[in-house]
Amino acid sequence: MAEVLVYVDHVEGAVRKPTLELLTLARRIGEPVAVALGAGAADTAAALAEHGATRVLTAEATEFTEYLVVPKADALQAAYEAVAPAAVLVPSSSEGKEIAARLAVRIKSGIITDAVDLEVGVEGPVATQSAFAASFTTKSRITQGTPVITVKPNSAAVEAAPAAGAVEALAVSFSDAATGTKVTARTPRESTGRPELTEAAIVVSGGRGVNGAENFAIIEALADSLGAAVGASRAAVDAGWYPHANQVGQTGKSVSPQLYIAAGISGAIQHRAGMQTSKTIVAINKDAEAPVFDLVDYGVVGDLFEVVPQLTEEVNTRKG
Amino acid sequence: MRIVVCVKYVPDAAGGRRFADELTVDRDDVDGLLSELDEYAVEQALQIAEDADDAEVTVLTVGPEDAKDALRKALSMGADKAVHVEDEDLHGTDVMGTSLVLAKAVEHVGYDLVICGMASTDGEMGVLPALLSERLGVAQVTLLSEVSVEDGTVKGRRDGDTASEQLEASLPAVVSVTDQSGEARYPSFKGIMAAKKKPVESLDLDDLDIEADAVGLEGAWTKVDEAAERPARTAGTIVKDEDEGGKQLAEFLAGQKFV
Ligand SMILES: Cc1cc2nc3c(=O)[nH]c(=O)nc-3n(C[C@H](O)[C@H](O)[C@H](O)COP(=O)(O)OP(=O)(O)OC[C@H]3O[C@@H](n4cnc5c(N)ncnc54)[C@H](O)[C@@H]3O)c2cc1C
Ligand SMILES: Nc1ncnc2c1ncn2[C@@H]1O[C@H](COP(=O)(O)O)[C@@H](O)[C@H]1O
Repeated sequence: MAEVLVYVDHVEGAVRKPTLELLTLARRIGEPVAVALGAGAADTAAALAEHGATRVLTAEATEFTEYLVVPKADALQAAYEAVAPAAVLVPSSSEGKEIAARLAVRIKSGIITDAVDLEVGVEGPVATQSAFAASFTTKSRITQGTPVITVKPNSAAVEAAPAAGAVEALAVSFSDAATGTKVTARTPRESTGRPELTEAAIVVSGGRGVNGAENFAIIEALADSLGAAVGASRAAVDAGWYPHANQVGQTGKSVSPQLYIAAGISGAIQHRAGMQTSKTIVAINKDAEAPVFDLVDYGVVGDLFEVVPQLTEEVNTRKG
Repeated sequence: MRIVVCVKYVPDAAGGRRFADELTVDRDDVDGLLSELDEYAVEQALQIAEDADDAEVTVLTVGPEDAKDALRKALSMGADKAVHVEDEDLHGTDVMGTSLVLAKAVEHVGYDLVICGMASTDGEMGVLPALLSERLGVAQVTLLSEVSVEDGTVKGRRDGDTASEQLEASLPAVVSVTDQSGEARYPSFKGIMAAKKKPVESLDLDDLDIEADAVGLEGAWTKVDEAAERPARTAGTIVKDEDEGGKQLAEFLAGQKFV
């Protein structure tokens, strides 16, 4: 059976969920061979094997953390040459997309980014994508070279499928370009203890209607009652009320949770681009004409300062 | 310092974007404009040029006839000159082809620094700057929310998924900037008048020594087989809060098993 390369997104050996989803999709096409780079690479093997990786190619080198993107593209190319896979799948983080793009141009392959589903077609993998702020759904394929496809988080269910997951060292010789961009400092994002925005089953977002950084406590309290991640509109982020890392939309994160709750958000097209594919959508807005109500499964026309705390209290009561 | 800013002419997000018959982005029947995300690139280029002793800002686009509008806007913001790559054979080019054309055009113009936006607002791939860096064989310093250039070195801050990084590279380099890099200026009346007199050079594929079959729909390495409008979401329940809105919402969520 053909092998499929899966690029592993991990933090110090802890595999991030989108990579496990990729393994589910990869198994539709062939046998997943994982590529894990940097500190802790070998520690990823157990989780990857559990989800179907037959082999785990690892490389640890300081270049991966000291320089931007190119060393990782070099290593993925080395893996590509060693494995001769039927396809290369990479998580759609901004870094993942850049690594994939560099690989694609080097191996003369077409690239598809931000797939939300993959299936097997007669002429190779067929990728489903959302276009124009998720108002269209397209199906595309790669017509030249080995398909290189980046896949968005939440595109498939994580499924256990135990496989060997044999760890093998990957030999990488770095290109001249590898040391072109130096990372002179790195500040890890502080954990909030809440679920990752892109991985969460429930997201509660606040917008301009929240009217102040201190008021985001109301949004956070609702999120915590539901075990949700917290999001924000760009208006709230630009006002400095909430960190940019939490922005949902075209220039922020795109999320596709089971439940999305928008409070004090009007529903501009750029915001919708990042949340329109959520399963269930709920909005609280005092303006009955707000475009967000066109998207909702349930909407409350009212003041979020009344509705949200009442909702939080009721959720907490029901949870007992 | 020679700064080239890559700007794209895109269909207006507010104007009902759609696909043309052969499943390329419809660029004929929809109003277009300079991609808002590329305004940030123009702004940073102008600021870097203002801080440098001797700098020239060229704006570059690959696109149809109407793409001149995007160049005019960038010129009226303050760029010095413009280059428009236009050729009938370019219709339907994918990101691989576009990066090839842009790389050749950037080399034709001559550059020390190339600045791009974080993503085009139509294709939203966000990979072109990395492709350009790969093709040109110069450093990639992308997705910066802060950028500066001093003594031949570009520095910037990249806010990633798990960490914020400080980056540094020697020129020449390809940079991309995010919409966090600072508001773009509005063209002044004077700027709009001045833009009318600024040079716009037109180039075609021949000028850049690119074979027609390397680009266009035929030269694309990807193919869209289907494009369907997402069905409108079925109308939901909307209630007006009469003191019970939060409780009603909780009831709905409980019914959906979220609580
Ligand atoms: C290139 C580009 C990229 C962009 N990217 C993004 C992006 O990634 N994400 C994003 O979100 N936006 C993005 N935007 C901005 C987007 O166009 C909107 O400006 C933004 O989403 C508006 O945020 P908002 O809904 O919070 O604010 P507004 O549009 O001002 O809406 C606030 C809403 O809150 C309601 N409200 C006010 N007070 C209350 C109250 N007490 N109770 C209940 N409701 C109340 C109001 O009725 C209103 O509907 C982008 C724009 C551009 C041009
Ligand atoms: N046709 C084009 N002409 C000029 N610049 C472009 C073009 N397409 C993309 N770009 C540049 O590349 C960036 C990223 O584009 P993309 O990878 O398509 O999302 C944009 O913000 C532009 O700076």
